[in-house]
Amino acid sequence: MNARILLLLLWPFAVSAQGFAGLGTGTDGFSTPQQPAIFDFPADHGPHDDYRIEWWYLTANLTAEDGTPYGLQWTLFRSALTPDGGEGWSSPQLWMGHAAVTTPDAHFVTERLARGGIGQAGVTADPFEAWIDDWQLVGDDFDTLRMTASGPDFAYDMGLRAQGPLVFHGDAGYSVKSAQGQASYYYSQPFYDIEGTLTLPDGDVVVSGQAWLDREWSSQPLSDNQTGWDWFSLSFEDAKLMGFQLRQTDGTAYTSATWIDADGTTTPYTDGAFSAQPLSVSSVAGREIPTLWRVLLPDRDLDVIVQAINDQAWMDTSIPYWEGPVTVTGTHAGVGYLEMTGYE
Amino acid sequence: MLLNVTNLYKSYAGPDGALPILQGIDMALERGETLALTGESGSGKSTLLHLVGGLDQPDSGVVEVDGVDIGALDDAGRAAVRRDKVGVVFQQFNLIPSLTVGSNIAFQARLAGRDDTVWIKKLAARMGLSNQMEKYPEQLSGGQQQRVAIARTLAAKPALVLADEPTGNLDEATADTVMDLMLDLVAETEAALLMVTHSERLAARMGRRLHLRAGRVA
Amino acid sequence: MTKAGLQALLSHWLRNPVQLFTLVVGLSLATALWSGVQAVNAEARASYDAAAETLGEGQFAQITATTGTIPQADYIKLRRAGWRVSPVVEGRLDGVRLIGIDALTSPGGIAPVGLNEGDLTVDMITSGILFATQDTLDQIEDYGVQTLPNPDVAPGVILTDVGTAQRLLDMDGMLSRLIVAPAQPVIQPPLADVVSGLSVRPPQGGSDVARLTDSFHLNLTAFGLLSFAVGIFIVHGAIGLAFEQRRPVIRTLRALGFPLGRLVGLIAVELLVISLIAGAIGVGLGYIVAAALLPDVAATISGLYGASVSGTLQLRPEWWLSGLLIAVGGTAMAAAASLWQLARMPLLASARPRAWAMQAGRGRLTQGALALGLLVTAMLLGWLGSGLAAGFGMLAALLIGAALALPVVLDRVLAFGASRAKSVMAEWFWADTRQQLPGLSLALMALLLAMAANVGVSTMVSSFRLTFTGFLDQRLASEFYVYADDAEQAAALRTYLEPRVDKVLPIQSADQGVRGLPSEIYGPTAHATYRDNWLFLNAAPDAWARIEAGEGAAINEQLARRADIAIGDEITLAGRQFAVLGIYGDYGNPIGQVIVTETTFETLFPNVSPLRFGLRMTPGDVPALAVELRDTFGLAEANMVNQAGIKAFSLDVFDRTFTVTGALNVLTLAVAGFAILMSLLTLATMRLPQLAPVWAQGLTRARLGRIEIIRAVLLALLTAALALPLGLALAWTLLAVVNVEAFGWRLPMFLFPLDYARLAVFAVVAAVLAALWPARKLARTRPADLLKVFSNER
Ligand SMILES: Nc1ncnc2c1ncn2[C@@H]1O[C@H](COP(=O)(O)OP(=O)(O)OP(=O)(O)O)[C@@H](O)[C@H]1O
Ligand SMILES: [Mg+2]
Repeated sequence: MNARILLLLLWPFAVSAQGFAGLGTGTDGFSTPQQPAIFDFPADHGPHDDYRIEWWYLTANLTAEDGTPYGLQWTLFRSALTPDGGEGWSSPQLWMGHAAVTTPDAHFVTERLARGGIGQAGVTADPFEAWIDDWQLVGDDFDTLRMTASGPDFAYDMGLRAQGPLVFHGDAGYSVKSAQGQASYYYSQPFYDIEGTLTLPDGDVVVSGQAWLDREWSSQPLSDNQTGWDWFSLSFEDAKLMGFQLRQTDGTAYTSATWIDADGTTTPYTDGAFSAQPLSVSSVAGREIPTLWRVLLPDRDLDVIVQAINDQAWMDTSIPYWEGPVTVTGTHAGVGYLEMTGYE
Repeated sequence: MLLNVTNLYKSYAGPDGALPILQGIDMALERGETLALTGESGSGKSTLLHLVGGLDQPDSGVVEVDGVDIGALDDAGRAAVRRDKVGVVFQQFNLIPSLTVGSNIAFQARLAGRDDTVWIKKLAARMGLSNQMEKYPEQLSGGQQQRVAIARTLAAKPALVLADEPTGNLDEATADTVMDLMLDLVAETEAALLMVTHSERLAARMGRRLHLRAGRVA
Repeated sequence: MTKAGLQALLSHWLRNPVQLFTLVVGLSLATALWSGVQAVNAEARASYDAAAETLGEGQFAQITATTGTIPQADYIKLRRAGWRVSPVVEGRLDGVRLIGIDALTSPGGIAPVGLNEGDLTVDMITSGILFATQDTLDQIEDYGVQTLPNPDVAPGVILTDVGTAQRLLDMDGMLSRLIVAPAQPVIQPPLADVVSGLSVRPPQGGSDVARLTDSFHLNLTAFGLLSFAVGIFIVHGAIGLAFEQRRPVIRTLRALGFPLGRLVGLIAVELLVISLIAGAIGVGLGYIVAAALLPDVAATISGLYGASVSGTLQLRPEWWLSGLLIAVGGTAMAAAASLWQLARMPLLASARPRAWAMQAGRGRLTQGALALGLLVTAMLLGWLGSGLAAGFGMLAALLIGAALALPVVLDRVLAFGASRAKSVMAEWFWADTRQQLPGLSLALMALLLAMAANVGVSTMVSSFRLTFTGFLDQRLASEFYVYADDAEQAAALRTYLEPRVDKVLPIQSADQGVRGLPSEIYGPTAHATYRDNWLFLNAAPDAWARIEAGEGAAINEQLARRADIAIGDEITLAGRQFAVLGIYGDYGNPIGQVIVTETTFETLFPNVSPLRFGLRMTPGDVPALAVELRDTFGLAEANMVNQAGIKAFSLDVFDRTFTVTGALNVLTLAVAGFAILMSLLTLATMRLPQLAPVWAQGLTRARLGRIEIIRAVLLALLTAALALPLGLALAWTLLAVVNVEAFGWRLPMFLFPLDYARLAVFAVVAAVLAALWPARKLARTRPADLLKVFSNER
């Protein structure tokens, strides 16, 4: 009973043979996202214990003073074993934190696990604080945050300041994930300016750049026939794009995207508008993983090449996946983050 | 009468039912008498000898030794008769391998409480065994072993000496010497001798002769 | 042709079923004893491994609290400060050890690795599941918590979630200790900055349990080996007899053109098959033996060393395979000589069996010489040899030499008896017994070894018990022992206790190398307790007085032996020279020890202050004082040791050890008894020519039967008389040679005449039981069968 086996069995994301399918299709008494999506802030920045799965997912493209690009990730997952449950140790809430720093030639990653109910991890909405162990994402409000994390070989301490409004994906925050109607609540704060210090084996590095925070919760994020996803968050000079494709067993994909103007105005795109094609794969942790993509959004005349800054940005955590910074070239230039799951 | 056998029956279990061996034997023997028991091989000579010596029990009939009906005795009683009244010499394997010749000769006499060292010395000398007394039976020749057996039997001065082809394994010359000795000594001790033999020559040297045929005295 | 040859060879067993039976049963019993002991050993070892896995005590640093428990809030504080620690809650539930862990934070390798994936359910966290072996689960009451049997959890341990453990142990909000993960973040504040009252204990490394239990296992293994040797004597006898009796067949087969090589091969294959069958039976029996013994062994080991051993047995392949192997190997050993002889036998060698069992030992002289040589070797090894190998070599030479000497010695004794015999029956009895000797000697050797092993092992265990309890009296002279958590508490305790007890004896020690050997230096207060109770193995005159005057030091036996220090030699402590004035026994301690007086100690080690105290007081007042100390100082139970409790406990442990050795004793004797029975049965048929003349000359069969029993008793008694010195020599070798080499101290040897007398009675009973059946058979032999001896065909 090491933690990894336990987690694979308990964690709804558990990677099974068919990909991210541990969840099943039933909701077992959990709440499910409803339309229209109505949000209540700041309360909705906090946890929704009656939903099975939820995350606070922050990625950042950073640059050091010498121009070296860095990627940074801070994620807190919440997973509920049952929709309601006990206090203290018998709380059904489990927490998982992932932190990573990616450089062009190294990828530092670490993981924390915690039981809910005992104070080791959690999220409060007002004032905002998300934490697991000594890692935290904390601020008086959601716009000004301090973010820390540490692992055996790295640590970071960053300050964030939002430069724009929250943006809502799909239908005003109701994001459909499959033709069968699986959906989640999904909003982002993609406008953070970020600066701070990375502590790496070679010493401290002062960095600054752009951060993107995703908030999502649901009880049934994937359909039976979906094996994994490729998620892109790209920042161009005057706009941003969030797009993902959910790969399906028949070789097709279900796609969704949001075009975000500099002022925060969003244009949602339903299945088929956005597409992403793998151009070449890298061998990562014994698997073949596409690290060079062509991404298309014809409606915006977008045709770009997305390339990983470090092919080996492998998250060797209980539930392994690929997550790392990318550069974008083509009709639009910029940087961004790529997340790929379900590659066996 | 030293030995009185009346209407003796004995059969053995055969493959198809009881196999009658002795079918009504009558026989008597006085002290000092010598009797040759002859008959074909398998006619029951040894069987009769064993019954007379209290070594086995008859199916019916009476064996009286020195006035005692040994059929009425228990195991211990028959053992006492063997020890005190009878001496037996077999064709072979008469001796106790773990004891010396001297001890073998004295064995029965001492068992019976008639240990007469002078007599035993004399016997051994007569049998030509004086130099063999400390040897073990396995170190003797067949003829020597039979002489020891005879000496042992006579050492206890039994009233009745039974011998079952005592010289059967010996060559003729040796057999004659052993026989002479035995007859002399039996006469000296006034014992009766019942001897089974195949040899006409030997039978002729005995006082009387009894021939068995088909389980009866012919 | 092979088939015809095989048929001819195998027909022998059909006509001599008793021989086949002896062979198979002898081999089975030998294998059974060996593999039974091995199974017990293997099971015990597997249990230690499981225990080590469960606790992982050794491999990780731990955080503990001076108060005994850690508030859960401190755990959260530590986690939130960047300390990667994992909580453990531990306590007793119905006498079973309940351990609660948090699987999400525990470092890998701490929990039983073998839990099935299907066992892990949501229930484990939300409502609780107790994981343990079925045996362990059976020991607790129903707490309304789901249970799940799992054989990989260490016996006597229940594993569950922290929350469940807190609930069942009434420890809400409390933790017993924290395990520190090997990988810690780069940024981490010192422990004391985060919480107070907690301290880190570094990882402890290898498990002590294995080392401590080694001596016990060494004993058991030696016993298993001896039992096997006993069995091999039986097998050797049976095989030798079978070879002899088959000589005519073999000669005929060869005369008919059967190649010798193939003949040898056939016999080898035949023996292989027989040994495999017997081995399989033996392994089965061994399983039963082990299953019967295991609970006692488990109790002994857990009592002795606190290591829990599962009470149930598992069929491990390495175990039954080794059982089969040793059966085949033993047969090969026993048959080697016979096969070799067969392979070299000229075709026309006498076809007549040499009356194998009867022949007066032709090789007696050589055998005697060989025995003498081995015994001398044993003596020389004991005198001049050094090292564990020499010790075991000495044991082997001693045992084999004595076994070989047995028939020679018995023959002389019987010859003497015969020469002194008055009556004719006595003369015959001695002579006949003597003649039987060659046929019985293998069985008697088996009996000799079995009894010697009994004497040796029980002497050793009893001596150990006596020494150890005496040693406890010496060491635990104080009625009550109190351990303080820190210097401050120690000082307070001392002030508090001084007016309340007869005498407070501080116990303080410092670790220091002495002549390059790791040692601990003790500085006890000068007090009658030490003068009266500590006995020296060797000492200068007035040793205590001079040590108290600071003139010198006393050292333990281990140190004296290993560093070769004699009385009067000097050792260096903290830069000062001390004369060694006394050497004392210190059983069970792996390292060296030095005693100086308290004042000397204080000058040598000014920074060490005593945390432990021995209290001289009225024994009856101990429980009350314990309660007082708990209430006043919050002293945990573990910090207070009642001397009476320890003594009762250690006696209990020894008594359990006796149960196991006792059971093995009985089994070994039973095997030897079986050997005698089988030898007598085999001899019975061959003996008729010896007995028939005696019967014909006037002995009843019943009397002959009785004499057979008397003969068995005589032989058993004579063997017992020889087994006693051999057993004592064995015990001496174990205590004074093997133990010194293996553990560094010599155990004094004590004698237990009553035990030996009882053993002799057992041996005689075994012999009588073995002789009973053959004697009865003899008493019932039909006269016709006796008479057959005298007629023709023989
Ligand atoms: N114990 C026995 N069981 C069965 N049959 C037996 C037994 N002893 C003897 N017989 C049989 O009884 C018969 C008589 O045997 P006995 O030995 O008395 O003959 P015998 O006249 O002495 O022969 P021989 O001259 O060959 O010695 C024989 O047919 C023999 O086979
Ligand atoms: Mg005849």
